[in-house]
Amino acid sequence: MKDYFLKFWQGLWTIAIGMKVTFKHLFVPAVTIQYPTEKPELPERERNRLYVNMDDCIGCLQCERACPVDCIEIETVKAVPGEDLGKTSNGKKKALWVTKFDIDIAKCCYCQLCVFPCPTECIYMTDVYEFSEYERDNLIYDFVTLTPEEREEKKKNYEEFLAKKEAEKAEAARKKAEEAAKAKQEEKKEDKKEETKPEDKPKDKEE
Amino acid sequence: MMYDWLYNLTGSEILAAVIQSLLPLFLFILPFALFAVLLERKVSAHMQDRLGPMRVGYHGILQTVADIIKLVQKEDIIARDNDKLFFNLSPLIVFMGSYAAFAVIPFSSVFLGSNIDLGLIFIVAVTGLVVAGILMGGWASNNKYSLLGAMRSAAQIISYEIPTMMIIIVVIMLTGTLNLYTMSEWQTSYFWNWLIFGGPGFGLAKFILIPFMMMSALILFISTLAEVNPTPFDIPEAESELVSGYHTEYSGMKFAMFFLAEYANMFAVSAILSALFFGGFQSPFGYLGNLFNVPALIPFEQFFWFTAKGIFFVFVQMWLRWTLPRFRVDQLMTFCWKYLIPFAFVILIIVGLITVLL
Repeated sequence: MKDYFLKFWQGLWTIAIGMKVTFKHLFVPAVTIQYPTEKPELPERERNRLYVNMDDCIGCLQCERACPVDCIEIETVKAVPGEDLGKTSNGKKKALWVTKFDIDIAKCCYCQLCVFPCPTECIYMTDVYEFSEYERDNLIYDFVTLTPEEREEKKKNYEEFLAKKEAEKAEAARKKAEEAAKAKQEEKKEDKKEETKPEDKPKDKEE
Repeated sequence: MMYDWLYNLTGSEILAAVIQSLLPLFLFILPFALFAVLLERKVSAHMQDRLGPMRVGYHGILQTVADIIKLVQKEDIIARDNDKLFFNLSPLIVFMGSYAAFAVIPFSSVFLGSNIDLGLIFIVAVTGLVVAGILMGGWASNNKYSLLGAMRSAAQIISYEIPTMMIIIVVIMLTGTLNLYTMSEWQTSYFWNWLIFGGPGFGLAKFILIPFMMMSALILFISTLAEVNPTPFDIPEAESELVSGYHTEYSGMKFAMFFLAEYANMFAVSAILSALFFGGFQSPFGYLGNLFNVPALIPFEQFFWFTAKGIFFVFVQMWLRWTLPRFRVDQLMTFCWKYLIPFAFVILIIVGLITVLL
């Protein structure tokens, strides 16, 4: 009987305690952050959207190799002699045109592994985290600063350069062969004019 | 009274009666439901250190209006194997049951639907319809969760009706009337005349009665709370067990009717509690109308005090709701049969003796 009343009393008393707690919380300021209008302060080393500063990129592919999910795709084209690509902020000379630098941010796992190997510190995590898109293709970010025409042009330039070089090589080889043939022919006649022609060959190679 | 005034205004008995019966719905239940849903969400949010609805209107004032607009637009889904007739009838009956209770609730000395002498018994009887409606809806839904919820609801409401009735009998013994209007008039003037403080008059009986009246007010509060199914007693709905109980299968306006009935019921129950123990529409400190000699002000003050008391008890219900976890079914039954009913019975006997002897 005593137990019965004790239980009843305890029930009421503990409810009163609970109600006191909830009543106190009525006046505790809410912890809610009303998101789109108010934004939480992010920690200093937060990892969000990647950004590439193309001015500093030397196209070394380090980040592409480091990426565990292969979300970075880079293509580079060698600069044609005579073109000046400038220097990076830490003084490295750029030697490659980066014609493709795509980051598929939908694949990105925000591991930051691409950030550390970069020799010029041009790829880094920003504090932007609102980048949802309606189309999945819009999540493939293209960081190249060149216009598509320029990219084609650079590729073409290099190809032309290669072709020219190839042609020159071929020409040189042909000339050499011709000379050799001539020399052979002339060898039989005379052994005099051989020393003037070989001077052109090293000149070609230097270019 | 309201009816006579309307009769004089319109000149037609039928029109006056129709307006009279619709007034509490449009003047009170709908705005109250809108307000109570918002209050519930705000109270629960602030008790959990959140903000609650904040976007629609200033601090989310129009949130429930937006919700109602959404509910009206929703498709009314009726599953193939539902029992169509009872499925459609159920929300009506539930709403009717809780709405009919408002007919005898005295909002103020002039705003009173029907001044019948069986007021209290009428309320108990028509709110019994709610059980029938809930059982009907749960069964006709052809869904195991709905049926379980309905069964639990029926079991719960019927067992908690017993302590409710016992306390009502206690009150009847003291006041000698079932009419809620005369009961409120009886506890007139100041708050120490309320029944929770032993009713009017300064005798020995009053002071002996006080603890028993407090106990019976508590018991009435708990047992009527169990009839409206908020959280400590929400095993009929039990979101984590039964999806949402008897109204799992309902959508759109029918769901809204269940919802409205639930909030109307919340207020009806608080109104009964305040009419029985807390002086009904009577002001605790006298009236400004009497002070400034403006008798026309009194009914409005009474209306204010009545709604204020009602909303206070609704707030206490919400407060409890966000404080306590849900009962188990056996705990629920234990609480009713082993605690509330014996206590109510003892109070019944003692108060009976007091009324006879003193």
